[in-house]
Amino acid sequence: MIALIDYGAGNLTSVRKALAHLDAPTTTPTAPADLDSADGLIVPGVGNFEVTAALGVDWRSAIERHIARQRPLLGICVGMQWLFDGSTEAPGHPGLQMMRGTCTVITDKEDATPAVSSGPSDRVGGRLKVPHVGWNTLRATKPSWLLDGIPERGQVYFTHSFAAPVTDDCVGATRYGMEFAAAVERGLVGGVQFHPEKSSDVGLRILRNFLRKAL
Amino acid sequence: MLSKRIIACLDVRDGAVVKGINFEGLRHAGDPAELATRYNREGIDEVVILDITATIEQRKALADTIQAVAREIFLPLCVGGGIRGEEHAEAAIEAGADKVGINTAALSHPTLITTLAKRYGSQAVIVAIDAKREDGRFKIYVRSGQQGTERDAVEWAQEAADRGAGEILLTSIDQDGTKAGFDCELTAAVSSAVPIPVIASGGAGTFDHFVDVFTTGQADAALAASIFHYSEHAVADLKTHLRTNGIPVRITEGSGNGASDGNLL
Repeated sequence: MIALIDYGAGNLTSVRKALAHLDAPTTTPTAPADLDSADGLIVPGVGNFEVTAALGVDWRSAIERHIARQRPLLGICVGMQWLFDGSTEAPGHPGLQMMRGTCTVITDKEDATPAVSSGPSDRVGGRLKVPHVGWNTLRATKPSWLLDGIPERGQVYFTHSFAAPVTDDCVGATRYGMEFAAAVERGLVGGVQFHPEKSSDVGLRILRNFLRKAL
Repeated sequence: MLSKRIIACLDVRDGAVVKGINFEGLRHAGDPAELATRYNREGIDEVVILDITATIEQRKALADTIQAVAREIFLPLCVGGGIRGEEHAEAAIEAGADKVGINTAALSHPTLITTLAKRYGSQAVIVAIDAKREDGRFKIYVRSGQQGTERDAVEWAQEAADRGAGEILLTSIDQDGTKAGFDCELTAAVSSAVPIPVIASGGAGTFDHFVDVFTTGQADAALAASIFHYSEHAVADLKTHLRTNGIPVRITEGSGNGASDGNLL
């Protein structure tokens, strides 16, 4: 059984539908203790980092127990950012601190005056739009169970303004103004900044990789 | 590199896809879920379901249609038409929409933009603007393009972004249904004035029209309806054409056969 964590802001419908398409049984736990029987855990999420504050110490303990039981976890979007120390989007709200680093707003770190020959730029009318919305290339940076079997220049769907740094936990990176961690992994804890449930065949492959670890 | 998005619009009435010329003279073009599935196979980046009669006939967006489409494809799905309040947005999102498009209601109740953005996140809120050239300006029309206002499209787009809109869906009423090309001047005026993505709509007829709107028009995404409905492989061949012209696009495996010649009808 895959437990989908609902903290009241993320829309679970899309993730649930994608998992149903992959024949995975899902449940939405109403109490932290419900997690103790889950085979896998997915923390979806959209919106502000602050929404994660809805999950108090009891939920955090239950998630830590889940990891201690050697069961996999997948954080999506804000759910992935939550795995880190925190985010400058909500400085007063620490993350799960399973991965080192702080998420920051996307900034334009490209050369201010790129040569015309450097090819197309992400800038529209000379500047970088934030949020980063749309399909972008996921570049695998390390061998990974989460990204196993995805095409080399596969694209996935993003919609976010904040992003996690590229650290040792990064297994897939994406560039938009700056390079950021699009997929992270530490043991059985995984996270993706993009929305696999909205990334067509590439996204379904990633969800299937997670289910293979979980079920 | 972020890809320019190609979005298929399903104009839906009574559960079937239709497409009008200048919002009139509708003709039947197919089952929404079937069409969406085909587009997904061909490599479409996003789908919009527009309940074209909802505002006029005071109907909600069709939950059944949304559910049927959301069951078949795993792409961003936007629903518009008849979203007049929070409860309509909730119904669409519950049925499987990732984003809701608000048009008339946003203009008459701008706080709705902020309310929805706070509840679902800005990425879920698309403000749709129908604009028409009048007296050297781009004036906004509402109620499915039937009622003029005194509002300026560029100013309203800026206000909508300030209030929390995540994207702007910008339709040129002058160009819509003509196949004569997007209004690149309108699109560039709005796109350069707001920090959020702008989806250009209205007037697509050839592959080069898309090249124009992504370069001159500074669009982040382009939307079309009927040109995709009647031509198999159009989506994949369009993307190949765009890539050849230096526009970054998402190319998927096994889609398209190069049969289209750029003249979509």
